[in-house]
Parts: sequence; C-alpha cells; structure tokens
Amino acid sequence: MSKSAPETITMGTSGGGQWLAAPLRIALLIAAATVALWLVTAGSSAYLTTLIAVMFINAALAVSLTFTNGMTGMFSLGHPAFMTIGAYVAAILTFPSRRKASMLPDLPEFIASLDLSLLPATVIAGLAGALVALLVGLPVLRLRGHYLAVATLGLIVIVQGLALNWNGITRGGAGLSGIPRLSNIWWAFGFMVLTVAAVWRIKFSSLGRAMMATRENDLAAECTGIDTVRIRMLAFVIGAFFAAVAGALMAHLISVVTPRTYSIVLAFNLVVMIVIGGSGSIVGSVIAAFAITIVSELLRPVEESFGLYGMSQVIVALSLILVLYLRPRGLCGSDEPAFVKHYLNGKKHL
Amino acid sequence: MTHEPIIEAKGLSIRFGGLVAVDSYSLVLRSEDLAGLIGPNGAGKTTAFNLLTGVHKPSEGAILIGGQDMTGQKPHKLAQAGLARTFQNIRLFADLTVLENVMCGGHLRHGSSLFSTLAYLPAFRRSERQIAQEATKIIREVGLADAIDRRAGDLSYGDQRRVEIARALATQPKALLLDEPAAGLNPSETQALVELIRRINGEMGIGVLVVEHDMRLVMSLCRRIQVLNRGKLVCEGAPAEVQADPAVIEAYLGTRRQRAAHA
Repeated sequence: MSKSAPETITMGTSGGGQWLAAPLRIALLIAAATVALWLVTAGSSAYLTTLIAVMFINAALAVSLTFTNGMTGMFSLGHPAFMTIGAYVAAILTFPSRRKASMLPDLPEFIASLDLSLLPATVIAGLAGALVALLVGLPVLRLRGHYLAVATLGLIVIVQGLALNWNGITRGGAGLSGIPRLSNIWWAFGFMVLTVAAVWRIKFSSLGRAMMATRENDLAAECTGIDTVRIRMLAFVIGAFFAAVAGALMAHLISVVTPRTYSIVLAFNLVVMIVIGGSGSIVGSVIAAFAITIVSELLRPVEESFGLYGMSQVIVALSLILVLYLRPRGLCGSDEPAFVKHYLNGKKHL
Repeated sequence: MTHEPIIEAKGLSIRFGGLVAVDSYSLVLRSEDLAGLIGPNGAGKTTAFNLLTGVHKPSEGAILIGGQDMTGQKPHKLAQAGLARTFQNIRLFADLTVLENVMCGGHLRHGSSLFSTLAYLPAFRRSERQIAQEATKIIREVGLADAIDRRAGDLSYGDQRRVEIARALATQPKALLLDEPAAGLNPSETQALVELIRRINGEMGIGVLVVEHDMRLVMSLCRRIQVLNRGKLVCEGAPAEVQADPAVIEAYLGTRRQRAAHA
C-alpha cells in the first residue's frame, strides 16, 4: 500500500527494498536495449537497419510532440517546419566545403568554408529550430485556443516556401541531395534515448507538473503562481529543438532533403501517433510511433503491387478514428504504465 | 496588534463595455483579518475577486500587495507577492492526483530551473523532496491524507474544495481569498470548512477574505464584512453593524416603489 503510513518518508534511500538503485536500473535497461539492437543490426540488411533508425527518430518526434501538445495542452502542428529547418541547417553545415562553393553560391563565406561533423551540426540545427519557435511563440502563445495550430500550419507553408525559393542556399525544389551519410541507427537510438530521458525527467518534476497544470486549467495554474505563458513557451521551444535535431539526423540518414520531405502529412501522422498512444504519455507515444512506422512500411509493398497508393495513409486515419471511438484517451491516457514508472522512478517517495 | 496591510486596494473599478461591474471598490486586509464580502447575486463580488487577484485588469484604481504596487500585473505575479485564491466553480487540475495538485502550488516557491531538472542536480532533488514534504503536510492539515493518491477529479465536491484550499496554501500565501467556499457543501462539511478557515487565519496567520452566500456562515465566521450592491460598496463593518444597516437591508430586500421613485 503506497498511500498508508505517509509518516515514513523514505527518500534518498533509493527506493526502499528494490534490488537496484534507480540510475543503475536505467543503465541496465539501456544496456539491454543496446545489446538487443546490436544483435539485430549484426544480422540484418541495410534496409532493415535504416527502417529501425527511422522508427527511432519517429518515436523521438512523437515524444517531443506529446511533450509540447499532450503535456502542456497546446496544439502545435509545427514539427515538420522545425524538422525542415533542422535538416537544411545541419546539411549546409556538414556538406563538404569544396562542393558548397558551386552548389550553394549564396552562402556566406564563413559557412561555405565549414566542414562540421554531425554532432555540432545537429546541435546548431536544434538551436535554430528552437530560435524560430521562440520567435513564433512570442506573439502566439499569449493567446489561448487554436491560434497556435493555425500559426504553426502557416509556419510549415512559410518554411516550405523559403526552401523552395531561396535557391542560392537551398537549391530550390531539387533540394539538397548527396548529404553525407553521417547518421546511422546508433545516432537515432541515442537521440531517442536522450529525448525520452529529457522528457521523462521534466514530466516527473516541478516543471512538468506546472506544464500539466497549465493543460488542466490555465486560469487556476496562473493563480497558483505558474507563469503559464513562460511554461507554454518552454514546452514549445524544447519540442521544436528536438524536432529540428530529428530533421537533421533524418537528413543525414537518408542523405536527402527537399522542401516537401516534411509536410503537413507528417504533422498529421505525428498527431495520430500521440493520440493513439495517449496524449501526454511518453511510453504510449513510443509504442504508437513504432507501430505506425512498421505498419506503414509493411503496407508499402501492398500499395505498390496493387497500385493502391495512399492506402497506408487511409489506414492510419482509420485507426485514429477507431481509437477515438473505442478508447478516446488513447493507449495509456496521459499517464505512464505503472510498472514502467515503478521501474524508472523507483518506489513512490511518500 | 496590527500589522502592515497585505492587500490594499484603492478605488478599483472595471467596465465591461458600458457596464460598470465594480465601481471604486476598496479593501484593506491584514494578516489577522478574517473578512467577508457579501452582496446579492450579480453585485460584482466575483469580479471584485478577479480584480484583486489580477485575473481582470482594473480600468481605474490601484492594488498594493505588501506595500508594493501590483496594479495590472498578471495573476502569477500577485501569487508570488503572496495572494492565493480559490474559485467559485472549482478549478482543479482534475487529471492529476491530490498530491500533484498541491505540489503544483509548491512550484512557485521551490520549483527548479530547467537546467538543474535535466541535469538531475542535488539542488533539484532537494527541492522536489521539499515540495513533496510540504504538500503532504498541508494535505494532512486539511484532512485529505486518505485521498492523497486519488485523482482530484474523482473526489467528492467537498473534498475538491479542500484540495483547492490546500493547493492555495502550498503557495505560502500571506492572504487567502475564498470564493464561495461553502457552496454545495452539506452542513457537516460546512462545519469542517469553518474550522479549517479559522485555523488558517488563527494558526497560520494568513489574512482571509471570503465571498459567501450563506449569511449565517459569514456572520458567525467573519469579524468584518463588506457589502457590495450593484458594483458599489454600500457598507463595511462588524457583523452586527452590517445587519442593522438600512443600505444593506435595501440591497437584499429592495425598497418600496414609491420610496425609490422619490429618491
């Protein structure tokens, strides 16, 4: 019984009678996943490896969107825009400098001469996405309601338009191809773990509670001393950071980015993932992202052999309707499954 | 002994379009005060509350909290300055547990920065522990220890009111504003509430202002009462004075047509 005997406050003793301290349990989990992944990649084709990497990146995207939308109660559709920004910024930074001069003539000299490795490029890409989110958020997040959805939808169009027409830097509609394949399944895995860890840490903290309070009741949160505009901004900007990093990693995985790679369809797919997983649930988002990525990929050959292009999209949409009808709060509601919480957070503190 | 006033509202007015909802409302609340704000339906009591807590910005007038001018500031700034409130139509974080609800109140005083949260610094763990301990203590004080892990939205109406009060107390306020705390409570719940409010005022030294419809409750609980009618303060004083005041009787019972016509 966790609720009885609230007098025995056993904190700092790392979870009472459990067999390992929480940090060790987490390390063990990651180690086990790493070994499993290593075994899988050792025996599988390049195709399967890439598919798993995409799955990881999708999971990270869904988790970061559930952080912005599910936990804080906003409705942002901006992830594709931030991914596009991240992909272009990182690709321009890592592109071999000898090719940049001819391909991207309008680049400023100090960028054209850069040959960055993937890590600094993704960090800069993430910060670029975060900065754009900050600028968009400043006017929009003061308003309640669905202004953010409209504004971020507009942002997708604007970013797409910029990428299409800013030829000297983006090569227009052709996009950037031949991006060095610096990213791989391990980058994707590491990024997913990092995203889940960061979002998990925030969710089970004072900051996370402030976010959920903002979602549950804006006015009450404000009167309880929570700066709701700042909290929303934080959630939006952090979500954008992860989206931009995801875009960067994806571009370096599939070695191409065009203005239309990340479109409104992707925004829809991500929203479906977090609704199916349970809005605000990290575990739910990961499961839903895995499932939808796999299902869409399995349907690809079916689509091709029967000429039913777009069928996977229809099935995704139908599964959304089905979930909304049968289990409107999604797989996990806004919470995490109890055994996962118990495993990662240790025993309840009080 | 009298302390410095916690809340000092001077001539607060607000207009919604052409309607003057509250017209030069003033209040001085000290930490030892247990004051009531009454008035007929639509008199502007809740609007006055919203002005005091920063939910509405006053068209005219000024609010000083602890001597500091806070006019036009947002509610979280006023909460930081020491103002806490509850709502007439309960506003809980329904999907969170009772403990989490009350812990939200602790964010204001002990919340960690993003950096120390992500880095899992000792300072973060310390502040989380402190928030949890203080919240647990307050929950026990308001008598909700048995419900601490339950979803707030699933509690009975009376318990939800207590969660709201507990959450407000977790912000460590200097003044607590309660908007119709007894609405919808049965007599025994009301009695428990009265005792709780007395404890908050007496033992914790928090100034309390109560908006309430239940006249018997206000008269027995409050030591000073303000009466609001059509947005204006018509009377302020001890319960006995207020009950005898002709303006109050007029506000509640109305006047005869003839007299009104003469006036």
